[in-house]
Amino acid sequence: MPADRVLDRLRAAAGDPVRQAGEDDAIAGVPARYVAAPRDTAQAAAVLRAAADLDLAVTVRGGGTRQDWGNPPRRLDLILDTTALAGVVEHAAGDLITVVRAGTRLDTLAATLAGARQQLALDAPLPGGTVGGAVATNTAGPRRMLYGTPRDLLIGVTLVRADGVVAHAGGKVVKNVAGYDLAKLVAGAYGTLGLVTEAAFRLHPLPAAVAYVSRGADDAAEAARLAATVRAAQLVPTALEVAVPPAGPATVTVLLEGTPAGVAARADAARRLLGADTTVADRPPDGWGRLPWRTGDTGLKLTAALSGVPRLLAEVGAADRHDLPLTLRGSAGVGVLYAGLPGTADPERVAALVESARAATAAAGGHTVVLTAPGPVRDRVDLWGPVDGLALMRRVKQRFDPDARLAPGRFVGGI
Amino acid sequence: MSTTTTDIEALAAALRAAIGAERVISDRQELRTYECDGLAQYKVVPALVALPDDAAQCAAVVRACVAAGAPFVARGSGTGLSGGALPHADGVLIVTSRMREIIEIAPEDERAVVQPGVINLAISRAAHPHGRYYAPDPSSQQICSIGGNVAENSGGAHCLKYGFTTHHVTGLEVVTPDGERVRLGGRAPDTPGYDLLGAFIGSEGTLGIATEVTVRLTRLPESVRTLLAAFETTDQAGAATSAIIAAGVVPAAVEMMDALAISAAEAAVHCGYPAGAGAVLIVELDGPAPEVDAQFAQVEAFCRDNRAFEIRIAADDAERALFWKGRKSAFAAVGRISPDYIVQDGVIPRTALPEVLRRIGDLSAERGIRVANVFHAGDGNLHPLVLFDAAVEGQAERAEEVSGAILDLCVRHGGSITGEHGVGVDKAKFLPRMFTDDDLDTMHLLRCAFDPAGLANPGKVFPTPRLCGEIPRRRTGVHPAQQAGLAEAF
Repeated sequence: MPADRVLDRLRAAAGDPVRQAGEDDAIAGVPARYVAAPRDTAQAAAVLRAAADLDLAVTVRGGGTRQDWGNPPRRLDLILDTTALAGVVEHAAGDLITVVRAGTRLDTLAATLAGARQQLALDAPLPGGTVGGAVATNTAGPRRMLYGTPRDLLIGVTLVRADGVVAHAGGKVVKNVAGYDLAKLVAGAYGTLGLVTEAAFRLHPLPAAVAYVSRGADDAAEAARLAATVRAAQLVPTALEVAVPPAGPATVTVLLEGTPAGVAARADAARRLLGADTTVADRPPDGWGRLPWRTGDTGLKLTAALSGVPRLLAEVGAADRHDLPLTLRGSAGVGVLYAGLPGTADPERVAALVESARAATAAAGGHTVVLTAPGPVRDRVDLWGPVDGLALMRRVKQRFDPDARLAPGRFVGGI
Repeated sequence: MSTTTTDIEALAAALRAAIGAERVISDRQELRTYECDGLAQYKVVPALVALPDDAAQCAAVVRACVAAGAPFVARGSGTGLSGGALPHADGVLIVTSRMREIIEIAPEDERAVVQPGVINLAISRAAHPHGRYYAPDPSSQQICSIGGNVAENSGGAHCLKYGFTTHHVTGLEVVTPDGERVRLGGRAPDTPGYDLLGAFIGSEGTLGIATEVTVRLTRLPESVRTLLAAFETTDQAGAATSAIIAAGVVPAAVEMMDALAISAAEAAVHCGYPAGAGAVLIVELDGPAPEVDAQFAQVEAFCRDNRAFEIRIAADDAERALFWKGRKSAFAAVGRISPDYIVQDGVIPRTALPEVLRRIGDLSAERGIRVANVFHAGDGNLHPLVLFDAAVEGQAERAEEVSGAILDLCVRHGGSITGEHGVGVDKAKFLPRMFTDDDLDTMHLLRCAFDPAGLANPGKVFPTPRLCGEIPRRRTGVHPAQQAGLAEAF
């Protein structure tokens, strides 16, 4: 079908929020043909129904902050842009829940909720990210140690399937076991099972007081030892982070939240525990919760069982081992670390590092995923690595998106 | 489905060959002991019972079922309250009671690895020497199995602060409905790929059987403080709860009982709650001592501000246990004041509590059916106990009506038909009150991915039988993008 006829069909379905794609709309070098920016679930459903009729491959885009994560789509016709699908549908402060549209920016939502001294307890590792993006990639930051990740806070979803059918799962009460928990299924699915248009979340009160207790460490091994000491104590930290730069000392930071009196007492206890040269601040240290890489760099996510974190830090964090300027940062209290390497680094060496990181994380019961990388690195590594249960995952994908039109190839195993 | 005696005998022989005759029950009298779970109003005698020792045997049983085209139902301790483990007359009931090994307590990983038949409380007991415990605490935790908790996504009194089973299980080994053993999740967080672990937990045995469970072990809190406050009315107790939540306090638990529930508990366990109370509130805070001390004073003040006429503070673990004794015995206790009763489980947005309680009171008065109320007040999970006497003509039907009307109230207020007991066989008919056909069809896509033949716990969760059908064929033509060299076929 000629391009303009396709555009006409999409517009007939969804009205004017459909346009021809431009060069800027390409995803990891794969050009798109059209961009649709629906304003509500009904319009999004109309777009996806038309896309199904026209056999268009669709990739969802929110703030675009993680569009390069995962493999580029094997096929791309239509970008479904969620930025107009924004706004808070409901904030029931007394029930500590909110329902928001997927394109709502996390920072905008935070400002709204702060009015009631509440929060969606998710860190935004990249400024400009949306609720939908956080759900699709299931990303969270340091405070996940206490609050979990999007999948833990999500209590309901409105989903538009690949065939344009609108479905709901969960609801807007925190405690609910009616029906399958499809919210879990779409959290972290990278938009390969459907479009989330609205999400309901459990909220938390904003803490009355916070303290960031930080201490330098000579190297990754000492940082790991300090982190283990904190875990063994009765501090109940909201976050326990380590940062290991390519050169210079490492840092361990403990975030404590609570009542003013409680936080002051716990911060004192943390200071005694960590020993000399410990600082206490009410603001986060530089780079707190930020991913240790920039656009065009290589970014890895490494996971491990908690007992494996010290060895992982020592093995991967030993900068000179790979002769690469590696920056390591993450949640030592959870078993999630992020590693960044400059985009200019030799791709062969980066590929070798990924291989050795994969062996190290596998030995610790975890995984190494290459979230983003420049082309030459992507050519040399499997971004996702080996995954258990892949056959079942393929069967889920086939049921939800039998024509493989939603971000085809982006996800694990080429899903 | 019509199954002949010959079919069953052939299946029994296959099971005996696969796992040993001593692990297969086919005697009618013995089978009868498995005819119901914790919801005794539904009874079905299974064709066969299998009692595997381990995952390999469990998989062998499922494969035998697949070969015979026979349905299977998993059962842990049989304490479920929605009939989720109700047997299938033509199928095999797979009982996990011989799979009771605690495989590993790994405090340095903050994890335990256990077989599915392990009792919930046994995990906490085993972890206790390491200063840790397993947080989800359903009322039946002394007898319910972790496998059953996984199937139901069980909660408990302390899930207001700590969450449900789904937040505390990090890995599973499951036997899929085609008899394969698959690992989902693990000891490390964020396993790449779809969160099939999250989808499996709470699927009520319809996506397979968990054969190994990896759970998070939580640090025992430094301090636990509990108070019991007595109010004249449930509205006052509700207002105190609202004040606590509005102040940004997240208690470990907030539990409420109304006058009828209190009198039942008194009759059964003599818990000595304050006389004349129209409502009691149990509030428990836990965590670092300085935080608990600061917030406990606030909670006490909120109770007084909302006209609590008596506040007791637990001096020690023994007194705390006494506070909880009345609450935890409440379901069974109503047996003392009524020959028959229905335990209902619904959820409302917490702020709707006063209105919903008034409506429940109206319903009760209109139909002449008493309702005792017990609830997790912090998260709006109601457990109305609908009392009746089956010997009185028409009472059972009226009680059913009241019970159903309460669920309608929950749905109308934006809540749920079940907060922790599950849909099972009992509430399948209510599911369409919460979800559209499209919603249910979409959920069913997941079921079809796991169980296209529909052998795993059929007849549960979904209100009407749904067939999976073939996966629609992919488009076979060459796509324009492929032609243009922009993409390759998958």
